[in-house]
Amino acid sequence: MLNFKSETYPDPRGHFGPYGGRYVGETLMPALLELEKAFFDIAQDPSFHYEFHDLLHHYVGRPTPLFHAKRLSTHLGGAAIYLKREDLAHTGAHKINNTLGQALLARWMGKKKVIAETGAGQHGVATATVAALFGMECRVFMGTEDIQRQAANVQRMRLLGAEVIPVSSGTGTLKDAMNEAMRYWSGAVHDTFYVIGSVAGPHPYPVMVRDFQKVIGEEARSQILKETGKLPKMLIACVGGGSNSMGLFYPFIEDPVEMVGVEAAGKGIHTGKHAATLGSGTIGVLHGSKSYVLQDENGQIMEAHSISAGLDYPGVGPEHSMLKDRGRARYASIEDGQALEAFRKLCLFEGIIPALESSHALAQALIEAPRMSPDDIIIVNLSGRGDKDLGIVNQHLKF
Amino acid sequence: MNRIDETFKRLRQKKEKALVGFVSAGDPNISQSLRLIKAMCESGVDILELGVPFSDPTSDGPVIQRSSGRALKSGVNLKAVVEMTREIREFFAHTPIILFSYYNPVLAYGNKAFYNDALAAGADGLLIVDLPPEESEEMTSEWRGNDLSLIRLIAPTTPQERMAKIAASASGFLYLISKIGVTGSDGLDTGDISEHIKRLRSVTQTPICVGFGISTPQDVAAVASHADGVVIGSAFERLIEENLENPEIVSLLAEKVRACKAATVETS
Ligand SMILES: Cc1ncc(COP(=O)(O)O)c(C=O)c1O
Repeated sequence: MLNFKSETYPDPRGHFGPYGGRYVGETLMPALLELEKAFFDIAQDPSFHYEFHDLLHHYVGRPTPLFHAKRLSTHLGGAAIYLKREDLAHTGAHKINNTLGQALLARWMGKKKVIAETGAGQHGVATATVAALFGMECRVFMGTEDIQRQAANVQRMRLLGAEVIPVSSGTGTLKDAMNEAMRYWSGAVHDTFYVIGSVAGPHPYPVMVRDFQKVIGEEARSQILKETGKLPKMLIACVGGGSNSMGLFYPFIEDPVEMVGVEAAGKGIHTGKHAATLGSGTIGVLHGSKSYVLQDENGQIMEAHSISAGLDYPGVGPEHSMLKDRGRARYASIEDGQALEAFRKLCLFEGIIPALESSHALAQALIEAPRMSPDDIIIVNLSGRGDKDLGIVNQHLKF
Repeated sequence: MNRIDETFKRLRQKKEKALVGFVSAGDPNISQSLRLIKAMCESGVDILELGVPFSDPTSDGPVIQRSSGRALKSGVNLKAVVEMTREIREFFAHTPIILFSYYNPVLAYGNKAFYNDALAAGADGLLIVDLPPEESEEMTSEWRGNDLSLIRLIAPTTPQERMAKIAASASGFLYLISKIGVTGSDGLDTGDISEHIKRLRSVTQTPICVGFGISTPQDVAAVASHADGVVIGSAFERLIEENLENPEIVSLLAEKVRACKAATVETS
């Protein structure tokens, strides 16, 4: 196991090794510098931490349980699988940890309007939720394809008082929603806070979102130590932009624990219709940071594909790119069909309906667990619940 | 002296301001685009900005998004834009050519190879929308020399101190963004612009060109009375888009350029 010191990154300009940074137009640069300063100021402020953790407890319902999936583990006949139940957090996914932190920061900076991009709609719902909680105006950019396949979340956002702005450019998915949010922000920087939903985007977003999400790993680490007296052998989490995985991984980064990030292989890597950015991308700049990107030889960004809207993204957070290069994390990929199978298994074996995103992590656990000993522990991040996916799942599984 | 500096010097002597014309290279295809560009240069564009098409132009409004999309669809990429630069240079020995790009296509081309090829093709400068001074050393450190001017952006949001820092790292001219937002948004506030120009002049001697949201000869005249040059992009692209099927497209564009150029001539 590599000795990996977490304090050494990002550097003061937001670089994770060769990745990260701030690649944006000049109109946004001063806003990012101001945001960075505000974030580091608030991070020093005990009253912020108190309020953040108080809300995580009383509003979000943290700590979320760490659940030993015994029937599934026995069925697989290998490692003991524990599920970190982010699906039980308020709004049904881990995304709320981050939106709560950013909304507190927005309030601290005196901004009364927030915008967000969303793919699966979970980040949009989580942003709309905290906007309602703090009395802020909220606009969410969402691709037209995603509006179709995640219709329930669109209704939830509207009920919460947010305006959902359809984005039809490109493939009408997460990348296009983020393009449009950045354009809108360029024209509204003076009074609008942009709540980015993953550990992607320009500095300070990757480090900020990681810090708001690391509560997942901190809880999981103390929960597993308390329950079993030892560390897990392996952590598994799905990777879209990379926030639920970074949140789980980060507090274990100096421990001898294997980390596996799971990307969407869509219809199969060989078909080109996938979202395995770390698995088959190359280094580029997208949405304000340098990282692995799915692109052609001319530097044009390619369209991603996944059955899961939250993983359907041709970029990935810069910290993951660094972890990959340094061998500290391993990145696998799971096809649409394998994710659906894992989805069904969790429903039937444990009585839990997982999000399609999280089903990718589960599918990887189905592969890893049988190869391991019953003394070994795998923690799978169950990043969200699957209610939003019933329409798509019904098309494929015909239940 | 390079072509950019020469151009500003010549214009000062003639009491004119620079008309900087932006066009997405290869829109709607390479041969038609070359025809349009030649007409622009013949009709009064003093400095040509060739937009490199990119799949995800996050600083651009709908008009340039669509023009960039048409160019991409006809197969145009940075290699083709460098090739187009070479062709344009054959016809226009003195017009400065600035390549206007997002960073990713340049990164994919390779910073070193790009510098060499762009210079050899006859380009004079480079403006990378999403590469602020904080990140640009990774690019310039791979350049063999500094013969390509690095045009920098200044925004209405840029604080004074930062303006000075950016100006110190710029060459050729400074591109002052007239207002917050993406390209092609309307509503020009010349009062604001003259204020920004004043602030910027207090920290630099470099010529200042103003762009974003300038579309009519009246706009040009209003801005030209304060700035050293005026950039027009979306307005030209809008004309191109509205006349894609019109056989008169080249002469219509030439007419628009002439009207804008006429407005850069000092009247006082
Ligand atoms: C439930 C769930 N899990 C995972 C993701 C992927 O995002 P990330 O990789 O940032 O955790 C999403 C995104 O929408 C999501 O809704």
